[in-house]
Amino acid sequence: MAVKTLRPDYAILVDWIPAGSSVLDLGCGDGELLGHLVREKAARGYGMELSMEAIPNCIRNGINVIHSDIDRGLSEFDDNSFDFVVLSLTLQAIAHPHQLLEEMLRVGTQGIVTFPNFGHWRNRLQLAAGRMPVTKTLPWQWFDTPNIHLCTMRDFEVLCRELGMHVLERRAVDRAHRGSLGLRLLPNLLGEIALYRFTRR
Amino acid sequence: MPETIPADSVGIVTPQRLHFDAPLRLSSGETLAAYDLVYETYGTLSPQRDNAILVCHALSGDHHAAGFHDPADRKAGWWDNLIGPGKVLDTRRFFVVSLNNLGGCSGSTGPASTNPDTGKVWGPAFPIVTVRDWVESQARLADALGVDCWRAVLGGSLGGMQVLQWSMDYPERVAHAIVIAAAPRLTAQNIAFNEVARQAIRSDPDFQDGFYLERGTQPGRGLRIARMLGHITYLSDDVMREKFGRDLREGRISFDLENVEFEVESYLRYQGDSFVGSFDANTYILMTKALDYYDPAGACGGRLAEALRPAKAKFLVVSFTSDWRFSPARSREIVKALHDNDFDVSYAEIECPHGHDAFLMKIPAYREVMLAYMERVAGELADGG
Repeated sequence: MAVKTLRPDYAILVDWIPAGSSVLDLGCGDGELLGHLVREKAARGYGMELSMEAIPNCIRNGINVIHSDIDRGLSEFDDNSFDFVVLSLTLQAIAHPHQLLEEMLRVGTQGIVTFPNFGHWRNRLQLAAGRMPVTKTLPWQWFDTPNIHLCTMRDFEVLCRELGMHVLERRAVDRAHRGSLGLRLLPNLLGEIALYRFTRR
Repeated sequence: MPETIPADSVGIVTPQRLHFDAPLRLSSGETLAAYDLVYETYGTLSPQRDNAILVCHALSGDHHAAGFHDPADRKAGWWDNLIGPGKVLDTRRFFVVSLNNLGGCSGSTGPASTNPDTGKVWGPAFPIVTVRDWVESQARLADALGVDCWRAVLGGSLGGMQVLQWSMDYPERVAHAIVIAAAPRLTAQNIAFNEVARQAIRSDPDFQDGFYLERGTQPGRGLRIARMLGHITYLSDDVMREKFGRDLREGRISFDLENVEFEVESYLRYQGDSFVGSFDANTYILMTKALDYYDPAGACGGRLAEALRPAKAKFLVVSFTSDWRFSPARSREIVKALHDNDFDVSYAEIECPHGHDAFLMKIPAYREVMLAYMERVAGELADGG
């Protein structure tokens, strides 16, 4: 069997999560990240996924998957159930992102969120030209996009402050998920994907 | 009759019978001195004896889960779409066991059997059996078959409750627990429906306080109504609308108080009638009681997670969106109790219009989930499945 390479943004998350952690992966898709964490880092936990099509793949990937809608909240999980709650490229499609972020830190010690940075220069350029951006990272037209709550890195950080969240680590990467000096200096302009690790203050 | 037996069928099966004469102490405090269990098996037990799967039946089910008893049979066993060579419970890999529960009326000892102490039919004197008692008797069957640990125990509805009970009572003997369309206990509404069914039977003059076999009567009218009521709860409003709508038998209303006018009436009467010929009224009462009494969390102050704590199995929980008898919310209670314990559990909520009966049906998403899970289970077998 060919060794499958891990989605590049996942590689960063995997580095952030110490071996043996308990993880709740919200919107876990086919269970690629959680499956990797379980196999390579002896993590345990659950994935939550709304798409029925993804459930059998999660099961084949050997993870625990709960078929459920994140927008219904995390009320089925008790406080402090997990070391990490991960929300990967899903924040922008959530009905009430601020409430979900609070829920993440209720059920977990640390939260990890990744999202497409709306502040990227390509988006700004298209907006400046008077159109809603359509890019490789955000390929949908405004009228049929699942992304209803797009934000920039700065927006996200303001919300974190307002919610009393403490950002422990921040990364910005380009579409190939590479970092560079430019990305470190001007993340909100050059970063296409933003990655945050945070905790309660 | 099937023209030819399909290639993915287990084919012709012959039920087997085992006699147990070690007394079985029941939850009620009574003791059953001896009893018979009737069962079927499909596939072959591996030399390592690690590929055995127990199928638990629901309220009116029996041991005949797959295949045909006779080439002339019109219908295959009740879970035939799941059990067979190349199917979800692949009988080329697994050894599948299905039995008729104690108190049943398909061959295992029950109210219609003869009480050896009196030489008469047990009738209403047959002791009340609970889900726990069933698991106990099933464990003895496992012993007799040489099965130390079930690779998986699975069942729907009341069958799912037996699966939960197995995981708590015999943690070392269940590797995977598959709980389908079940609930951790009945609601008042569930019990209410059961009580109406029981009252329908009891109020039939031919019920004779349960001594109908001795007295040569049959409480057919009561049992028929009980079954009709049950069928309403097994289907959903949507599927009834889709299947029958307001369709009329004769195409018009005939202002007739007695005969069938609407198609749905015809369906319910047919279901009721075919049940009367094949099911025992005392067994029906017993089975509904077992449902009502089931409440593993009861002994733990209502805390299901605490009740499930001894379990060691990995779990798969499945529910169906249109099931209002045991709704998805009930399955989620089970899932929550399991992940509160940090147990391995996966949960799938299958979108379909079929109501509670969906667990018996061939629904693509349901099949996919079960197939994925059973492939994982098969991967654990000593011979690699």
